[in-house]
Amino acid sequence: MRELSIRHLQAFFFSLGQLWRTRWGTAMSVAVIAVSLTLPSGLYLVLQLTDQISADWQGGAEISLFLKPKVSDAAALKLAGQLQQQPGIAAADYVSATAALEEFRQKSGFGSALDLLDANPLPSLLRVRPQTDQADPAQIAVWLEEFKALPEVEAAEFDYAWVQRLHGIVQVGRQLALMVSLLLGGGVVLIIGNTIRLAIFNRRDEIEISKLIGATNAFIRRPFLYSGFQQGALGGASALLLVYGSLGLLAPAADRLAGFYQSQFTLQIIGWVELLLLPLIGGLLGLVGAWLAVSRHLRDIEPG
Amino acid sequence: MIRFSEVFKRYPGGGDALKNVDFRLVAGEMAFLTGHSGAGKSTLLKLITAIERPTRGQVWIGGENISRIKPRKVPYLRRRIGVIFQDHKLLYDRTVYDNIALPLVVAGLNHAEVRRRVRAALDKVGLLGKERSYPLTLSGGEQQRVGIARAVAGKPPLLLADEPTGNLDPELSLEIMNLFAEFNRVGVAVLIASHDLELIKQLGYRQMVLDHGELVAGGEQV
Ligand SMILES: Nc1ncnc2c1ncn2[C@@H]1O[C@H](COP(=O)(O)OP(=O)(O)O)[C@@H](O)[C@H]1O
Ligand SMILES: [Mg+2]
Repeated sequence: MRELSIRHLQAFFFSLGQLWRTRWGTAMSVAVIAVSLTLPSGLYLVLQLTDQISADWQGGAEISLFLKPKVSDAAALKLAGQLQQQPGIAAADYVSATAALEEFRQKSGFGSALDLLDANPLPSLLRVRPQTDQADPAQIAVWLEEFKALPEVEAAEFDYAWVQRLHGIVQVGRQLALMVSLLLGGGVVLIIGNTIRLAIFNRRDEIEISKLIGATNAFIRRPFLYSGFQQGALGGASALLLVYGSLGLLAPAADRLAGFYQSQFTLQIIGWVELLLLPLIGGLLGLVGAWLAVSRHLRDIEPG
Repeated sequence: MIRFSEVFKRYPGGGDALKNVDFRLVAGEMAFLTGHSGAGKSTLLKLITAIERPTRGQVWIGGENISRIKPRKVPYLRRRIGVIFQDHKLLYDRTVYDNIALPLVVAGLNHAEVRRRVRAALDKVGLLGKERSYPLTLSGGEQQRVGIARAVAGKPPLLLADEPTGNLDPELSLEIMNLFAEFNRVGVAVLIASHDLELIKQLGYRQMVLDHGELVAGGEQV
């Protein structure tokens, strides 16, 4: 076990050394990998921003339940309490007809005109706010039907056209990001596969000699696999710098955009996991590319 | 150590490179393999290291039948055999030390043991102090000694050499052959393919002669 880890360390540092010896070639392929990984990561971040904005919107979105006139304050409060207990509902606030009138008076500026009325024309209502993660259009439609069927409720309303639209956009964006990721991820695999293929051919003699003196295939494979992983991980790390560099440039504009939608977008300080994710993904793609190259070409090199 | 039994080897699209070859080389024995160019000497050595497989017949190495050896077992066979080539087959971008260490690293020996054995091997071939040199800065004879050091570093019970003196002048050739004789004296079996008949006669070991793939002399032990 200890012996094996020593051998892995040997292969690890050996392939690092090889990368350094061929540093210009390495730099080129790392740069290509970095660009290939930057694009989908950038897309995902933009998507995350959109999601955040839409979440804020949806958080502000509410279903209004207009109550029948005969429903008493006590009954309405009891209903509010029940609704609040339902899974997926964040809050249900009761606004009595009097409070609604007062609110309207303040916001509309029609105060004196309202004084002319001898009865309050407004119904009392419940404002139901769904939890952010439950606020997809389908779920809201289900709730609307449910609420309309309640005996206390006269009408239930929700303006969900825009939620649906935004949801659609985010959905399309997700698919686009997934496609771009798959394509460019495949590109990274091919790039590294090709680099490793060249490295294998450059070191043909060495491979042949190693086989002659009793090297196992695993031993010969190891440094190439490490090399693929290292190039991918370096590419991923560079992509990380590129993504956050360009985010820094984009941040003021993004903040402004978010401001239009009464939302706050702040560049989140990323955690360790996310920080490691991009190099790790790059490394794994590199490993796959190297594996393909190695399993395809190493067999052909036999001493003769 | 080595046993060939009715071995035939035919390359795809060629004639028989070996025909009905029968011989034994016992542990600790030293012998020369001679014959004209194209007689099948290299082919015979390649069968021993499983670079090639016999078309017919059986090959035993150290009691193991390797005629149909599985590919994943080949590395372990080769670790028991030290091989020396006419063109040295050194890694020219590595130091002498790294070249000799290669089979030891491949076999998974630890660092200290690798050092110890590389130094011992260098000592035996008379190249102590050259470990940091690169092969191309060495003379042909010295490069061949590096090749020999690499072959013996893992202390294999069998050494094979394919025309090890092919590019060397007679004096250096004798030195190299004497080096093999020294390893043989400490119990290593040695089989050397060579057509340097003068030298072989001078040394006086068993001589096996191949002629168009047939073993025409020296098949029996002396
Ligand atoms: N890889 C090969 N493919 C086809 N024919 C080969 C191959 N290697 C050797 N031969 C043929 O086999 C015969 C024996 O070759 P070889 O063993 O190299 O002889 P030697 O080493 O005695 O000069 C020759 O006729 C040679 O042309
Ligand atoms: Mg030959």
